[in-house]
Amino acid sequence: MRSPHETVYLDHAATTPMVPEAIAVMAHELTFTGNASSLHASGRAARRTVEEARELIAERFGARPSEVVFCSGGTEANNLAIKGLYWSRLAQDPARNRLLFSSIEHHALLDPVSWLADHEGAQIDMTPVDAAGRIVVDDLRASVESDPSTVAAITTMWANNEMGTIQPIADVVAIARKHGIPVHSDAVQAAGYLPLNFAGSQLDAMTITAHKLGGPVGVGALLIRREIDATPLLHGGGQERDLRSGTIGVALIAASAAAVDVTLGRQLETVARIGRLRRRLVEGIVRVVPDAVVNGDPLAGPDHRLPNIAHVTFPGCEGDAMLMLLDTQGIECSTGSACAAGVPQPSHVLLAMGYDEVAARGSLRFSLGHTSTEADVDRLLEALPAVHQRAMRANLVRKAS
Amino acid sequence: MRVIAAMSGGVDSAVAAARAVDAGHDVTGVHLALSRNPRSYRSGARGCCSIEDAGDARRAADALGIPFYVWDMSEEFADSVVDDFIAEYTAGRTPNPCLRCNEKIKFAAVLDRALALGFDAVVTGHYAQLRTDERDGTIEMHRAVDMGKDQSYVLGVLTQTQLAHSLFPLGDTTKDVIRDEAARRHIQVAQKPDSHDICFIPDGDNAGWLAEKLGPKPGTVVDEDGTVLREHEGAYAFTIGQRRGLRLGIPADDGKPRFVLDIEPVSGTVTVGSRERLAVGHLEAIKPLWCGAAPFGSLDCTVQLRAHGDEHRARLTADGPHVRVELHDAASGIAPGQACVIYDGTRVVGSATISATTRVAVG
Repeated sequence: MRSPHETVYLDHAATTPMVPEAIAVMAHELTFTGNASSLHASGRAARRTVEEARELIAERFGARPSEVVFCSGGTEANNLAIKGLYWSRLAQDPARNRLLFSSIEHHALLDPVSWLADHEGAQIDMTPVDAAGRIVVDDLRASVESDPSTVAAITTMWANNEMGTIQPIADVVAIARKHGIPVHSDAVQAAGYLPLNFAGSQLDAMTITAHKLGGPVGVGALLIRREIDATPLLHGGGQERDLRSGTIGVALIAASAAAVDVTLGRQLETVARIGRLRRRLVEGIVRVVPDAVVNGDPLAGPDHRLPNIAHVTFPGCEGDAMLMLLDTQGIECSTGSACAAGVPQPSHVLLAMGYDEVAARGSLRFSLGHTSTEADVDRLLEALPAVHQRAMRANLVRKAS
Repeated sequence: MRVIAAMSGGVDSAVAAARAVDAGHDVTGVHLALSRNPRSYRSGARGCCSIEDAGDARRAADALGIPFYVWDMSEEFADSVVDDFIAEYTAGRTPNPCLRCNEKIKFAAVLDRALALGFDAVVTGHYAQLRTDERDGTIEMHRAVDMGKDQSYVLGVLTQTQLAHSLFPLGDTTKDVIRDEAARRHIQVAQKPDSHDICFIPDGDNAGWLAEKLGPKPGTVVDEDGTVLREHEGAYAFTIGQRRGLRLGIPADDGKPRFVLDIEPVSGTVTVGSRERLAVGHLEAIKPLWCGAAPFGSLDCTVQLRAHGDEHRARLTADGPHVRVELHDAASGIAPGQACVIYDGTRVVGSATISATTRVAVG
């Protein structure tokens, strides 16, 4: 069994601790049985819990309850959105085989997109980003307008998971609307930190997941407008508007709603507090390691970057060496992604932003969340100079050999 | 001490790490990613390079309760081991990539990185024993007690500095005891087969792998009179001492099997002849590395000329960068490029790379 240990947890963008309210609801719900599709009293009670959760989540994200399709999380929601839209749009018109996506999407979107290209004949068009990690809207417009009738769908994440850079979703939607092209956005990182209104955004589909906002891992939702056709990935009992078959996870969904309730309820105050912590963090980092470079959009605010992510390049260091040395001291952060064997990979996001592979390998992501404290930030700042020195030395040794 | 345990995912390195923990060291497990494109699953008895091996190493670290990381050494491995392997074969020599990996990766790139990061030593599951000479502090490397598993040969290239930061906790134990110990420690890899082959050649087909890397380099197979017996697509498909797969068609005059005696890399000429002609009585070696002080003048010793090979009694003369070895009993299948590791009893005196061999005159 795992036991809680004293750590400075600076990896909230990977997953954030569940809020106690969600844990309580989940534990309570797990004591009941009843398949939400059953017709008896237990089934009806389970269904009621699910529908109340659906209504709460819909309300907090500016959607209608029928637009909330529960699934296993962000990866599934993204797969359902992009494959589902691609297949249904192509079925309506075989000319629509083009998918437009940004170069900084999460692998949970990049990989289904490239799978569609490799196996399903999709033409894929990647929209580049600028040095801050924001998509170049003019490039997207040009790509759409080169042949709007062939576009199956456009997808652009709301906020990037590594940089925190917020994307111009309204501009993307405006371009797409002129031609009736559906737009999906992966809002996994944005949810909980930005005000999100599905109806107001005029998106056709949007991905959220519970574990980034204080809920459990293993549950998420695709918000998808009623009038949008999408081909399901899973066929079976026809649950979730027939878009996502499979027995409904009542406890997971109830806990998600509890987390959304708590987290969105105090979002303003959390964001303000975390914003101050992040300032303390980045100002501290460049003070103790003067050649550190903070990446992404320097400005805060809902048009610029998430309040909780700080992505930093340490020239002449390898991120994985720093991660290990910090981990030794109980300070946990991230280098980006690793392959299946656990080998740290240079971030495709940084590469897309124009950084070279060396800089991409020499970077760390620190991400704050609802449990972060000033003491956490200070412990990092205290440890960082020595860790940085050692990582520099290790890198020099490596280059010399 | 703070030590890095190099964990391949196999039983030996897992038990070595466990013993380092028991000895009171602060141990961090590290799996080395050596392949550019890790294969998803093991095929056969691979020692490294697969996602499954990384997973096994991780589970062994979990069982020991130690932190675990994967270090990407694929670039260093490609440069120092794989490219060297190809270059050596191109030059008609027979390299030992495991030895090169120890010399350049495990006890160089990994050790250097560990030291720079504040660790004191690297612990591995190699079967060899280290003893410190109380008089002068010299570290002696000895053969493992389990002669069937002894790996002092592939460690023979290590310097005193490297040995000073190395721990081999398995050298005093036999393999069956290690397997039992792994089971007792609930290390899941306990029943995994040993790895023997070259880890970066997935199917064990060295000739096929080299052919793919180097392309066709046609040449001929000749007998000792120079009679052409057949054409071939690349001399790298042959090793000195090889008997099987020569596909010579016509049998020798005496009807006896023929063996590869010599490979001439520039022309690609492969010479074959009888078993007796393989016998080597004298060899020259270069680039000696002494495990401690260099021997002065001549030395009666034993030499081992390949991994898991026999010991040969010999008289060695070291002269700066040149080493001459007179074998008391002839050795066969000895190829330039192989390492000659020199022993005094069980103690490793040093190693050198075989540069030339002289056959025993057949009388």
